[in-house]
Amino acid sequence: MATKTSKIKVQDLKLWYGDFQALHGLDLEVPEKKITAFIGPSGCGKSTFIKTLNRMNDLVENCRIEGKVELDGKDIYGSKTDINQLRKKVGMVFQQPNPFPKSIYDNIAYGPRTHGIKKKAELDEIVERSLKQAAIWDEVKDYLDRNALSISGGQQQRICIARALAVEPEVLLMDEPTSALDPISTAKIEELVSQLKQDYTIVMVTHNMQQASRVSDETAFFLNGHIIEHADTRKIFTNPDQEETENYISGRFG
Amino acid sequence: MRRAYDEELEQLHRKFYQMGCKVNEAIYKSIKAFVKHDKELAKGVIDEDKEINQFEHDLEQACIELIALQQPVTTDLRKIVTVMKASADLERMGDHAVSISKSTIRVKGNKRNTMIEGMISDAGEKIKKMGEDVLKAYVEYDSEKAVEIAKYDYLVDSLAHDIKEACIAEMKKDPELVLGATDYMMASTYIERIGDYITNISEWIVYFETGEIQELNTHNSYENL
Amino acid sequence: MGSKFLRGLVYLASAITFGMLGYVIFFILINGVRYLTPDLFAWKYNSSNVSMMPAIITTLYLVGGTLLIATPIGVFTGFYLVDYANRKNPIVKAISMATDTLAAVPSIVYGLFGFLFFVTFLGFQFSLLAGILTSVIMALPLIIRATEEALISTGRPIREASYALGAGKLRTIFTVVLPVAMPGILSGVILASGRVIGETAALLYTLGSSTNLPSSVFSSGRTLALHMYVLSSEGFHVNEAYATAVVLLLFVLILNGLSTLVSSRLSKGGK
Repeated sequence: MATKTSKIKVQDLKLWYGDFQALHGLDLEVPEKKITAFIGPSGCGKSTFIKTLNRMNDLVENCRIEGKVELDGKDIYGSKTDINQLRKKVGMVFQQPNPFPKSIYDNIAYGPRTHGIKKKAELDEIVERSLKQAAIWDEVKDYLDRNALSISGGQQQRICIARALAVEPEVLLMDEPTSALDPISTAKIEELVSQLKQDYTIVMVTHNMQQASRVSDETAFFLNGHIIEHADTRKIFTNPDQEETENYISGRFG
Repeated sequence: MRRAYDEELEQLHRKFYQMGCKVNEAIYKSIKAFVKHDKELAKGVIDEDKEINQFEHDLEQACIELIALQQPVTTDLRKIVTVMKASADLERMGDHAVSISKSTIRVKGNKRNTMIEGMISDAGEKIKKMGEDVLKAYVEYDSEKAVEIAKYDYLVDSLAHDIKEACIAEMKKDPELVLGATDYMMASTYIERIGDYITNISEWIVYFETGEIQELNTHNSYENL
Repeated sequence: MGSKFLRGLVYLASAITFGMLGYVIFFILINGVRYLTPDLFAWKYNSSNVSMMPAIITTLYLVGGTLLIATPIGVFTGFYLVDYANRKNPIVKAISMATDTLAAVPSIVYGLFGFLFFVTFLGFQFSLLAGILTSVIMALPLIIRATEEALISTGRPIREASYALGAGKLRTIFTVVLPVAMPGILSGVILASGRVIGETAALLYTLGSSTNLPSSVFSSGRTLALHMYVLSSEGFHVNEAYATAVVLLLFVLILNGLSTLVSSRLSKGGK
């Protein structure tokens, strides 16, 4: 791979849920302002891994971690890490759209308000900017007071993306963001994501390989808690090095 | 994702057109060089063939990646397949231009026959027209035009046939012409083959439009040998 | 054939249920409405007008006091059990089990406990305080359970969304989870107050049954339910007892109606 800045560097990451070891010594570098996709069969550890990047795994009981995860050179599991600041820098979009049962405006404004922004004018601007970035401003600009749960699933997911963007993160983690959506919403979000990479580093877990091939710049293939191969997406889909990668992508298992 | 994908397809389209222009130019120059005995021009054609080969390589690579990464269907798939197959035809056309140029360089003071060279020049004009027309038909997705071009190939074939007969007749009259005439016959064969490749490209244009792969020009008949 | 029979059973069951409810209400109204005189609502009780006004006011004092104490304790306990405690911790499990058990204990037992502890041991005598404290013990399990269920039903997704935005636990609970859980919690609170209003045995032994308006937290009084009980057991003012029953019924119906209204309006606001 060509020289580029690594936004996130993972070294020898191991993770246990109780006695079960879910991740076995992973090494990975996530390039800046590109889309990196994680593919692999169910239960292979890709969702678990992505949650280590913003320490959402801390919320799980009995979860133990060893190894280093460096964001811009600093270990996020170090003792001095401010977790809330970390999660401001590394945002997340979940598989099931999960907007708050509040108005669309309040959903987007929640993040900035949490981090200290109180003035209405500032919040208004942030809300508009975020909704525009998520390519949904035109659809909802006249309905900002409407409850976020009253719109369609695809729109809700874009609201969630806008909400994550409102705190101005540097990295956006997306855990199967379109698996609960219909094809048209999926296409809209894929389009959105490919534009977002101009400003954000994106890591996307997907169980849909074709999505990874369409959208991502680099792809990492996970199997049983190991990274089997990580390379340029073009290479992975035309000429992968590992036989297991080839078998998975051709649909021979998983 | 559709937008970026569409742009890539657009690029593919444009690059194919560029390659086609280059190939047409090479053919025209090679025939002109042959008729005018211009060795410099011929050398230029041979040198530039590298670029044509690179074009084909790039187009193939791009098509393979598009298929692997975008899983194209219907029109997109046909567009990509057309470019893949037709660019191979273009490359072979380029190779034939090189062959004609090599003949030009080999000629070296052989005895010439202006009449036959005139016929070859004429064939060259026809091929030039065919080449330009097929590229136009490609850009405009004009399958009807493509079918017409394929029919035009009969003219080129009969002209080539005439050239061969003229060569044999002249060789009988003047044995010193044999070396030169052999080259004339080879050149006319190359021109005829170029016409066949242009017909192939027309078939791919029709495929792109209609989804059907048709044989537009079959030489597999016993007539007019 | 079988389905017709079942359908018949279903209709019969509903008819019986509605019938019983209707009959009870009807019976009380028939016997009580005509005795609803202004006298019954006089501010000062005396043995001729057997006014229920002091009882009404005492009831309000009692319910108000109980909710004031029980709601914060119950809601925060609910929060602790759901969001802060480690669910596998044996202490937490014990608290949970204790809560459920408390809800099932018959109220006379509470009455006895209240009498022995608040009235006698702590020396409060028959008083509003003893009554309130005993009611708190009765109301707590209901509020805790309602809070627990409401919090659990808000689900993990919105909590995760909040954490992922860099919000801490406290902010998440108070600005995201609480508004969603509010209908459920409110329901629980209203249900708890319904239970307290309907109490007789427990209050008899703690609040007492003085006919006066309580002047302080240490004075005795009687709630509507108690008033009704005393009137009907003394035998002289049975009609007035029915009238009191009408008012009590009205209270309960209004309270339940409020509960339903609040729940549906708040949850519609969320949809």
